[in-house]
Amino acid sequence: MAAAAAVAADAMIDIKDLKKVYRMGDETVYALAGVDLFIGRGEHVAIIGPSGSGKSSLMNILGGLDRPTEGVYAFEGEPVGQYDDDQLAGWRNRRIGFVFQSFQLLPRLTALQNVELPMIYAGISPAERRERAIAMLTKVGLGDRKGHRPTQLSGGQQQRVAIARALANEPDLLLADEPTGALDQHTGQEVLKLFEELNADGLTLILVTHDHEVAARAKRQVSFLDGHIVKDVGEGSPPPPPGPADAWRKPA
Amino acid sequence: MRRIDLVRFAGGAIASHPMRSALTALGVVIGVAAVVMMVSIGQGAQSRITSTIRGLGSNLLIVSPQFNQRGGNFANQGFQGGGITLSSSDADAIKAQVTGLSAVAGAVRGNTQVIAEGANWSTRIEGVTPDYLVARDLEIGKGRMFDENEARQGRKVVVVGQTVVTQLFGENTDPIGQRIRVGKVPFEIVGVLTPKGQSATGQDQDDMMLGPLDAVRSRVVGRRARGDVVQQIYLKASNGDQLDRVQEDVTELLRERHKIQPNSDDDFQVQNMAAVLESAQQATQIFTVLLGGVAAVSLVVGGIGIMNIMLVSVSERTREIGLRMAIGAKRMDVLLQFALEAIALSAAGGAIGLLIGWAGAFGIAKVGGWPFAVGSSAPLAIGFSSLVGLIFGAYPAWRAAQLDPIEALRRE
Repeated sequence: MAAAAAVAADAMIDIKDLKKVYRMGDETVYALAGVDLFIGRGEHVAIIGPSGSGKSSLMNILGGLDRPTEGVYAFEGEPVGQYDDDQLAGWRNRRIGFVFQSFQLLPRLTALQNVELPMIYAGISPAERRERAIAMLTKVGLGDRKGHRPTQLSGGQQQRVAIARALANEPDLLLADEPTGALDQHTGQEVLKLFEELNADGLTLILVTHDHEVAARAKRQVSFLDGHIVKDVGEGSPPPPPGPADAWRKPA
Repeated sequence: MRRIDLVRFAGGAIASHPMRSALTALGVVIGVAAVVMMVSIGQGAQSRITSTIRGLGSNLLIVSPQFNQRGGNFANQGFQGGGITLSSSDADAIKAQVTGLSAVAGAVRGNTQVIAEGANWSTRIEGVTPDYLVARDLEIGKGRMFDENEARQGRKVVVVGQTVVTQLFGENTDPIGQRIRVGKVPFEIVGVLTPKGQSATGQDQDDMMLGPLDAVRSRVVGRRARGDVVQQIYLKASNGDQLDRVQEDVTELLRERHKIQPNSDDDFQVQNMAAVLESAQQATQIFTVLLGGVAAVSLVVGGIGIMNIMLVSVSERTREIGLRMAIGAKRMDVLLQFALEAIALSAAGGAIGLLIGWAGAFGIAKVGGWPFAVGSSAPLAIGFSSLVGLIFGAYPAWRAAQLDPIEALRRE
């Protein structure tokens, strides 16, 4: 266990036996049926799986939008899984950046105002947040589009504004849910390239996708099926346990 | 987060739908305008009634005949004397036997035609004893009042109001010593009353004349009048505290003089003008509260309009709420944002409604001829409309704050 302890030193996400249970009438549905996952600082992870596999449930818990039914979720040692609503809101605001498939920009705000939004909830002064929002927009290549509203921007540009917004409070972790799902091939590639640059600068990145090409560009791929991790390969994945190569796979 | 940013969020949301915001606020505008107008009308009416009653004179009691059912119909009981049982001797008895009075004046009145130098005017004449001036708080501007001797001798002298002077002789003439014909009887003008202007009810208080009771009674208003009847006896108590006691004494004396059996009704009534004033004020107060209450219903309707639009807005902006929560808005931040939006809409409507209400109340006061009363309508209007916004905005805001961010973000 010496190796595991060494890895834990720069742990970001440490999940143990995580379960998410929904009751639908008399039926009990396990969206997550006991997941163990360890993600270190600076990783670039793609979570893949068909719809209903539990990847979205995991994302919601990782991002602090939802709480696990059972199990432990520690984020850099913080017991995020046990936070109340207000603690979670503050934690999301400071530590997590969200990127959504449908951008989720507020249509009546300009690009700049959209990027300022998380900083407003962080209580940052108008002058400072404006300065930082401009810096973020410049970083994603939209320094000249500050005053544009979402409807005046292309899909790729909108997603860049959304990324700038996600970066505004300098989060530790960027969570992207199908970030290229609403984009064409070319602009999707540009967004992925931007992600790779951000990761290269040290930002931890987790993206959820069902597109294998997108997943392939991440350094590590975690596959979900029926609430279990069925495959975990790439940089940072746990070493295969002793015994038969596929012994860690749960029986179907 | 900073409070000023919450205010900006609320303001931005209102400004982004100007038409919808204006229509929503309109409900409150109408409600507040109605409340302000109604309360102002009530207060105006009250002050008008008060000044009308005060204008009759202070510490005043008025004794009038009370017509009983047995006396036939009202028309037959007119001045001819069918039912009138008050007389000058009653007035004399009151003066002699009731203490605490500073003036006792019997009076008759009628309408008559006056003619002077070919000019001709129709006016009101009152036949009174000299005390009447004291009882009614009237003053002589020019000349003098006729005295007791003149009155007793049946001298044909009159004191006239300024309007009568103007109509008969023109603006700047001195009418003292002029002879005029009242009906068919010549009278001499000995004095002019100090002008009182319009009464609160819009009546010209200077369009009248006063003559000695006997002369006016016998020669002008009721030649067929029986004996020494009077239509009213005006009593002025020397002190306001005495009014109730004087009223009792007068009633007792007159019952005795009129030989009224213990179980029978009075054939006269003694009105205490202070009591009349009090009950009139109470009545208008109730009237004001009632009008204000009816208007307040429209304010509630306006509040329901706000609630309706806020619920629509929360439902439309579900994704926005979800996003705000995802990027760090606490439930309280969302709650305050929507509550502030409702309060701002409502308070803005209240401010506009206040201005419209003032304008309306001012206009109605002009038409109604009473003073324009603002009272405490400004803080009330703003306070109430904000309260309406708070009450009716609370539920939509709470709904917004209770949203689950995951569900909200998924909403189309």
